[in-house]
Amino acid sequence: MTAVLTPPSATPEAPADDAVPPSARSRAPYLLLLPGLLWLALFFLVPLVALVSMSLQTGSLSEGYRLTWHWATYSSAWSTYGDQLVRSFLYAGAATVLALLVGYPLAYAIALRAGRWRNLMLVLVVAPFFTSFLIRTLAWKIVLGDEGWVVGALQTVGLLGENGRLLATPAAVVLGLTYNFLPFMVLPLYASLEKVDPRLLEAATDLYATPARAFWAVTWPLSIPGVVAGTLLTFIPAAGDYVNVQFLGNPGSQMIGNVIQSRFLTVLDYPVAAALSITVMASVLVLVLTYVRRVGARELL
Amino acid sequence: MSRAVRAVRQHAVMALAVLVLLYLFLPVVVVVAFSFNDPAGRYNFAWNGFTLDSWRDPCGVPGMCDAVLRSLQIGVIATVVATLLGTLLAFGLVRHSFRGRASTSLLVFLPMATPEVVMGASLLTLFVNAGVATGFWTIVIAHILFTVSFVVVTVKARLAGFDSRLEEAAMDLYADEWQTFRRVTLPLAAPGIFAGALLAFALSFDDFIITNFNSGNTITFPMYVWGAAQRGVPPEVNVIGTAMFVLALLLVGGAEVLRRVRSGTAAT
Repeated sequence: MTAVLTPPSATPEAPADDAVPPSARSRAPYLLLLPGLLWLALFFLVPLVALVSMSLQTGSLSEGYRLTWHWATYSSAWSTYGDQLVRSFLYAGAATVLALLVGYPLAYAIALRAGRWRNLMLVLVVAPFFTSFLIRTLAWKIVLGDEGWVVGALQTVGLLGENGRLLATPAAVVLGLTYNFLPFMVLPLYASLEKVDPRLLEAATDLYATPARAFWAVTWPLSIPGVVAGTLLTFIPAAGDYVNVQFLGNPGSQMIGNVIQSRFLTVLDYPVAAALSITVMASVLVLVLTYVRRVGARELL
Repeated sequence: MSRAVRAVRQHAVMALAVLVLLYLFLPVVVVVAFSFNDPAGRYNFAWNGFTLDSWRDPCGVPGMCDAVLRSLQIGVIATVVATLLGTLLAFGLVRHSFRGRASTSLLVFLPMATPEVVMGASLLTLFVNAGVATGFWTIVIAHILFTVSFVVVTVKARLAGFDSRLEEAAMDLYADEWQTFRRVTLPLAAPGIFAGALLAFALSFDDFIITNFNSGNTITFPMYVWGAAQRGVPPEVNVIGTAMFVLALLLVGGAEVLRRVRSGTAAT
């Protein structure tokens, strides 16, 4: 046996195997990992450190920045852009809940009801995303536009006032976020629902469980890993997005991504932009860790 | 429970699923339809009349096809490098146990848990600090960075369901390590590597947020669309969007047909 054949089940705590020459065995994984790890260290970890450092610097782009441990940047950034921060997490949360509500029946149908149509339906879930993200979001602008049939229909039914609109409202932003990240919800849900053994559901039915009871006692708990993965994959990109607000929202519905983008690229106010980025990153990490711990699917990480 | 009630329940879930699929396809229908629009002004937001003009000469709009070409170049370079780095990482992580494996997994996972604005912003900070002018190559670096993790996940998934006895059998039959790798391991891992590469390309080609931070004056296709959205989007953009959709669909359909044909011949 050589290093290449080490079974994946080998325990991580016991890297050394006496039967194998240690030199051949211990070097191989590091050689495989080295290029990728170097890349990640250089272009992911170092930039994060640079970002933290930038958030504590003072100065200007023309005169140069100096590290002055200026923590006040954080408090002033939070008080100025608190609304946008809170709004980002609210919109992302709403979009995540909506995506779960809409995505679960779809994933359920594909995994447990579709039969021979399963592959076709999976392709149909992904296919809309073959066109560009920005072009699709612009298409929503047409659909939700003031002259569009959606607004017309809602006005006829009376759900929307005479001059009511959808475009340039928070509702449109949340709808856009839900739409754009829905496959990230559906695919993990499908992956966990697909593993549900139909015999377990039969057993539940045989034991006189109602379909609803069988769902909540069998299917739902088994799909929890998919729910956790799906909600994270939807929430994280949604919280940092600024495209949907730009195309479907209004200046009053700006999210933190919009602020970071304009501070960095237009206003060139690097320390504040960096402080806000770090805040987003830290909040997302804290939220994710608490959430994952709560739901008890820690093995995902 | 009677059969009729069960049938209704079964179809109710399916009906709901079909509705959600229609929701997913609604914008695509709009994109395709408006590629045939003859807009009245600068804005292609209201239906005005049918025309094939945009399809006859999609590159007639200045700069757009250059942007598409640039996105393709960036996508190809980023995909090749990310697939190589990601595949090596996946092999190292799945096939070996070593000190620091848990932290390595975490480092690979973290970029996927990082909001794109943060990644874009931190890379820009690095480039500003290092005095590197942003442009084509900084986009390539950024794209390799955020696609690597996705390649790792895809290849890992393939390697995890791998029967290592096949490799042992090859070695028992006197294949050396290299032969075993080339003739047994690689062909078995290939679908995962290929899927990872496709995913990396798709992510790179469509990325806007990270690119926006690191592009300087270089305009990729998403950057072009973003700029056009402020001035008025020409229907030619929809032509490219439609063409992308159709091409990808053909690719997936073709792969499926190929798979069926192969499994068909294998069965007889």
